[in-house]
Amino acid sequence: MDRRKFLSLAGITAASAALTPSEAKASLNLEKQTDNPEFVGILVDTTKCIGCRQCEVACAEAHDLPVPTPATDGALEKLRTTSTTQWTVVNKFETDQGDVFVKKQCMHCGQPACAAACPTNAMDKTKEGPVIWHGDRCMGCRYCMVACPFEIPKFEYNNPNPKIQKCIMCYDRLQEGKKPACVEACPKDALIFGTKKELMDVARERIYHEPDKYQHHIYGQYEAGGTDWMYLSAVPFDQIGFRTDLGTLTYPDYTKEFLFSVPLVFLGFPPLLYGLSELTKRAQDGREE
Amino acid sequence: MQHATSARSGSLFDFLKEELKPKAPFLTPFNLISIPVILGGLVLVVIRFWKGIGAVTNLNQSYPWGLWIGFDVMTGVAFAGGAYIITFTVYVLHAEKYHSIVRATVLNGFLSYLFYAGALTLDLGRPWHIINPIIGNKFGYNSILFLVAWHFMLYMISEFIEFSPVAAEWLGMEKMRKFLTKMTLGVVIFGVTLSSLHQSGLGALFLFSKPKLHPLWYTEFLPVLFLISSIFAGISMIIFEGGISHKVFASRVDPDGHENYENIVFGLAKGAAIAMYVYLFVKFVIFIHGQHWDYIPTKWGALFLVEVIVFTLIPCALFTQAYRERRLGMVRIAAVMTLIGIILNRLNISMIAFNWNSPVSYVPAVGEIWITLMVVFTEIWVFRWVVLRMPVLSEH
Ligand code: SF4
Ligand code: SF4
Repeated sequence: MDRRKFLSLAGITAASAALTPSEAKASLNLEKQTDNPEFVGILVDTTKCIGCRQCEVACAEAHDLPVPTPATDGALEKLRTTSTTQWTVVNKFETDQGDVFVKKQCMHCGQPACAAACPTNAMDKTKEGPVIWHGDRCMGCRYCMVACPFEIPKFEYNNPNPKIQKCIMCYDRLQEGKKPACVEACPKDALIFGTKKELMDVARERIYHEPDKYQHHIYGQYEAGGTDWMYLSAVPFDQIGFRTDLGTLTYPDYTKEFLFSVPLVFLGFPPLLYGLSELTKRAQDGREE
Repeated sequence: MQHATSARSGSLFDFLKEELKPKAPFLTPFNLISIPVILGGLVLVVIRFWKGIGAVTNLNQSYPWGLWIGFDVMTGVAFAGGAYIITFTVYVLHAEKYHSIVRATVLNGFLSYLFYAGALTLDLGRPWHIINPIIGNKFGYNSILFLVAWHFMLYMISEFIEFSPVAAEWLGMEKMRKFLTKMTLGVVIFGVTLSSLHQSGLGALFLFSKPKLHPLWYTEFLPVLFLISSIFAGISMIIFEGGISHKVFASRVDPDGHENYENIVFGLAKGAAIAMYVYLFVKFVIFIHGQHWDYIPTKWGALFLVEVIVFTLIPCALFTQAYRERRLGMVRIAAVMTLIGIILNRLNISMIAFNWNSPVSYVPAVGEIWITLMVVFTEIWVFRWVVLRMPVLSEH
């Protein structure tokens, strides 16, 4: 497939993802819509992953979580999801192109649902890109869990002082100038760390050079308004555990209209109600006379 | 306080002792059931704070919100909607006919918020930070939940002020009562504004749930549906609760009140029916527009039809019929059915049809149901305590 064809295809995917009129309207506003290209993120090339789970080990070690033993625990046999003690898990999917391994963790959305939901700003999209959790703010309402389309935040139900647990893209390590632990641990370069812009370039280039190998879709480019973690795949994304029905609207867009109407109601209702009350009072006085 | 105690001649202590004594027979069936439930519930609350939320609930990572949110908060707040509807009708529309039920309704509304929304603190994992969104430590301005929390708080204050003249009258503080009464219209206007925002805000909480909530329930008009349904939920609750109060507290009711009462109930029935017609119409348009016919023959479709047809359309028809033929019994049946419909609707959206496509499921634990009952019973105890002492069911 030549470059032009690919580009037009990419355009169609993007456009067809915008289904409802309000979504289409929102996607015209691309500047605000898409993610900040300077946010850092990680590109996962699932065609390179061999399922060794060294990323899981490195993640657990970096964050004082129980360290898994990939050689013996046989965890790939079952479909797993992240948990309060596993910020990332690798799953195996049997597809017509053989086994595909997919790492799962927080997607570090460009405009995250969790942060838009959080009443205390405990879920926080940092200016660098990682989405982190502040224990000193969180009141444990779990609205972030209700909101997150990827079901990522996990809550410690059996702890009287419970925390929300999820991948923070090694925010502390980034501050020290290091890369996230999983990226450093990956022996196959299946994980690449960089700004969203750089990662998009790498991803596009890979698809361009091997158009027959890759799906012509970068998962995370637009999903849920764009995420800072992105995925490349050789098989359709719905075959390897991804939701392909999330739409391209950012999460704050879902509630924008409601939030916009709040100050209007606050300003408009009281005088309206007062006027109404005067009117009915006069009407009643009239009747009584 | 001083004024009050001197008015009743005696020390503050005597006054308290007198007022804490039960004023009704003690060994009633309600007491025999509610006392063990409340005491057992307190034990569960201790366990919950000691071992964590998981020790008394079945909540899990896919169902972070369960019965305590779905029933206590979502449903409880809708049921408490009667207060803003009635104060609007009486103080803004000047429909004086409803004046005699204002006090009981406002008291009920205030206590519902206090207890049901108060039960929210049990559900918060880190309730010691509940103050964060309030003192402005960290404002999540763009968070719907932040807004709802603020509106809850402000509304509770306004309902308290709306009710306070009654308390002042009880304490014999005549000047205070006059002063508080003067504030009523302003507070009512504030309260109605807040109510319309947070009743719809509860629906807006689920706008984020598009990928999780079943398409038969998800719509961008959830806030509108929540607002309209809070109108007939609140009215039905007034009818239901009024029916019981008028029997149980018959001696506290004005003789005039009894006469007037039937007229009021039929007026309420008419109001509920109108709100339900509007609601059903909006629901219908959304359904047609969403083209979700395919889901109707599934079990979700059946659940949807039970909610919308059996427990919304039918009680709506019953209200209409009962109003025309002036049949009190039928109004009561319609009210109960409507309340069931509201419970179904709120639970469907927050628990049952939520994560419908997930392999994980959630059924409330005994502990969750128990604590919910505890909350409801405690509210009734306090309501009874107030009604037996203050001029709630009669005019001053
Ligand atoms: S994947 Fe979920 S938890 Fe992670 S940033 Fe996005 S919304 Fe938040
Ligand atoms: S649980 Fe904590 S982090 Fe999540 S939305 Fe509530 S306050 Fe925010």
